[in-house]
Amino acid sequence: MKKLKDIFGGDTRQFGMIFALVALIVFFQVMTNGLVLKPENVINIFNGNSYILVMAIGMVLVIIAGHIDLSVGSVAAAVGIVVALLMRDTGMHWVVAVLVGLVVGAIIGAWQGFWVAYVGIPAFIVTLSGMMVFRGLNQLIGKSNTIPVGEDFQVIGAGYLPEIGPNTGYNNLTVLLGLILVASVVFGAVRTRRNQVKIGAATDSATALWIRTGLISAAILAVTLLMASGRKGTSFPVSGLILGALVLIYGFISTRTIIGRHVYAVGGNRHAAELSGVRSKRVNFLVMMNMSILAALAGMMFVARSNASGPFDGVGWELDAIAAVFIGGAAVTGGVGTVIGSIVGGLVMAVLNNGMQLLGVGADLTQIIKGLVLLIAVAFDVYNKMQGRPSIIGLLMRNSKKAAAPVSDKAA
Amino acid sequence: MLSDVGRWQLVSDVILEMRNITKEFPGVKALENVSMVVRRGEVHAICGENGAGKSTLMKVLSGVWPHGSYTGEIIYDGKPVEFKNIRQSEHAGIVIIHQELALIPELSIAENIFLGNEYVKSGVIDWVETNRKARELLAHVGLNDEPQTAIKNIGVGKQQLVEIAKALNKDVRLLILDEPTAALNEDDSQHLLGLIDELRRKGITCIIISHKLNEIEQIADSITIIRDGQSVETLDVKGDKVDEDRIIRGMVGREMSSRFPDYTPAIGDKFVEVRDWTVESPVIPGRMVCKGSNFYVRRGEIVGFAGLMGAGRTELMRSIFGQSYGIFRSGELFLDGKPVSLRSVPAAIDAGIGYVTEDRKVLGLNLLDDIKTTTVSAKLKKISKHSVVDRRAEFEAAEGYRKSLRTKTPTVNEGVGKLSGGNQQKVVLAKWLFTDPELLILDEPTRGIDVGAKYEIYGIIQELAKSGKAVIVVSSELPELLGLSDRIYTICEGAITGCLAKGEATQENLMKLMTTLSDRSAAASA
Repeated sequence: MKKLKDIFGGDTRQFGMIFALVALIVFFQVMTNGLVLKPENVINIFNGNSYILVMAIGMVLVIIAGHIDLSVGSVAAAVGIVVALLMRDTGMHWVVAVLVGLVVGAIIGAWQGFWVAYVGIPAFIVTLSGMMVFRGLNQLIGKSNTIPVGEDFQVIGAGYLPEIGPNTGYNNLTVLLGLILVASVVFGAVRTRRNQVKIGAATDSATALWIRTGLISAAILAVTLLMASGRKGTSFPVSGLILGALVLIYGFISTRTIIGRHVYAVGGNRHAAELSGVRSKRVNFLVMMNMSILAALAGMMFVARSNASGPFDGVGWELDAIAAVFIGGAAVTGGVGTVIGSIVGGLVMAVLNNGMQLLGVGADLTQIIKGLVLLIAVAFDVYNKMQGRPSIIGLLMRNSKKAAAPVSDKAA
Repeated sequence: MLSDVGRWQLVSDVILEMRNITKEFPGVKALENVSMVVRRGEVHAICGENGAGKSTLMKVLSGVWPHGSYTGEIIYDGKPVEFKNIRQSEHAGIVIIHQELALIPELSIAENIFLGNEYVKSGVIDWVETNRKARELLAHVGLNDEPQTAIKNIGVGKQQLVEIAKALNKDVRLLILDEPTAALNEDDSQHLLGLIDELRRKGITCIIISHKLNEIEQIADSITIIRDGQSVETLDVKGDKVDEDRIIRGMVGREMSSRFPDYTPAIGDKFVEVRDWTVESPVIPGRMVCKGSNFYVRRGEIVGFAGLMGAGRTELMRSIFGQSYGIFRSGELFLDGKPVSLRSVPAAIDAGIGYVTEDRKVLGLNLLDDIKTTTVSAKLKKISKHSVVDRRAEFEAAEGYRKSLRTKTPTVNEGVGKLSGGNQQKVVLAKWLFTDPELLILDEPTRGIDVGAKYEIYGIIQELAKSGKAVIVVSSELPELLGLSDRIYTICEGAITGCLAKGEATQENLMKLMTTLSDRSAAASA
């Protein structure tokens, strides 16, 4: 067990989440006689959940900063209808429309961020209001109709990497993407290791590091081959590509940049952050604004995927996004959480949904099980904390060090 | 073993004996074979450096750490006891009052006293009886506030008394006080000690944990000293003629010739000057928390600020530190003779001002962070390129301060929440030293820190001054100010009432200036 933890380089929680994800996949794979890991299904999972995961990225930052955003589903719907109408009625090019959509998202976010950061109204209230306002706006603008969108726009929600190059039986671009990813994982591991050794901070054993890197690479390759070997015309979805890019960007921002540090600082102890020179109002404003921009993107991806924007798009999305973040180890009190953890949390939910659908479990039962999973995941976290074990996934993943033995705390 | 048993049978006036208590946390032995004997009706002090295991021992006693999570025996009132939770220990008459008070600010005094023990008449709270009984208990502890007053509206000193009233209501026989006077001013502390004395006369046994050795000397009958998780010795205050130095020797395990490192100041030119600084309270409109303050600090000088709690010391400092407190009304700030206007904390930091806050845990630290993140957090720009943090530079900076400040931690990846008070304070100091301040303001830099760590922190402060920086120290402990400062300003009710040089300042004349508004400053504030 110790060995395993070394390999995964994290704390019990992180280990538990990844383990749970793998176990879920294996369980459903067996139960459905291999349906889950069919290429079509894997592609489907990515396609059908990437918009939720995109929102989870924004949501984790909001939650780390100590807030919540209930309005994301409504914001997504409002932006979706604006973009759909612009394309239909003015013939706007879809790329321009997407940019306009993001700007609309930014404006909405600035509105909500203003109230949260500069007026000091709790985000729960501001976004509860936003939830109603922007839902109403969607139905007002669209006259509660469903507005179809053109095929070229659909690429961002339902598109795939094109087939190019020699016929290898696989989708070449997908394979190429997978190989690049593996290469960068290995390169990253080597570089990190070298740096750690240089500054004498290497805490993982080299074997553990290599096994870990090997496992991650193998997992990436397996998923790559699965996706590349799908039915002709399908491959790695464009929405997955967008998600992947966002995970990389936001993962980097949250762990490596000044603004990322400031988000954690504000959520961890706002007073201390302010007295250390962090402009907490600005941080809160940006975090709320960023959330709405990502919600706008998610809304457009969903419209593209379902070929139309409707009056009930995005109902209940906020709950999925929030659940993903908390399953992924964030703390309600703020200061704790990671982008990657939230993605894993979202995937747990997604696989659960998908597997039960394949098993023919009704929506009612699925709902119950998902609710219980959320509870158990957080209970696990709380239990660990009570045992004095490190459970702060965010902290540990930010260091990517294993949990060091507690020292110098003799509980004065 | 036999002699042990014999002893507690012979000494029938022993209320509590803890024997060979060992408590382990994952990876660390907090207590190892700790034993102590408390006589009935005495005030028994537990002394030890931060992290020595005092609080852990009391948590074992009161059932916070339940029976089974430690080894060893507890004999209370002649019988072995095995408390599984606080409720059981309270039932036996052991009440612990923690350092962080467990009162609910929004509820009234009476509601807090009877929380969990409400007077109920057929399922409904009997307010008449509740308030009557509360008034009675408050009288016992010398409080004449109305029982309906909300806790948030009375000061910390009175809150402490409410806690004791609450304990009295539970028929307490052994009262444990963990750092009861840490947050109190001189007056309130004395009042509290008087009350403890009174409880002793009523036959209530007290165990008191405190860093304030003068108070222990004053009140305690015997002292158990704990060092590094082990009980070192028990002293009889009167019989052994115990004084502060004797206690310190036991705590640190060596003779401490001086409580302040040797130091010769090298004072240079005026670096910071504040003129006519006036700040309005953000809470009470029209009330000035700083009234036309004038002061200056020279390079290489350590300037102390003395004042009672609430006198406006912290308010003045935070206002100078980028106007991070209150509403700025008037005043000028000069750095190196040039007027500057610092309207935000980042501007103040950029101008070379650092501010080590009072209350580390609330204002100074993000307890979720690790040491290295904390160290660089006030000046991330310094180790960033294009807004991207260089983690290697971060590690090296933190590692550098870990070594130079001798922070006790295996690595800088450790969470700051796990460190002891003294080491936490060193991390906070590192954070501000990292910003390269020309003026460093330290607000209560050694509160809740043990003697050994205090000495080290004084050394760091002196080192800083020696390198030509201007240093301001705000402290409630006059001996600390007297020992450390080259000059001391006194503040009373928001006005600076005096300035004494090192040679002329004494506890007495400082206290006088801290409590009287001179005509001149009264005129200035008008």
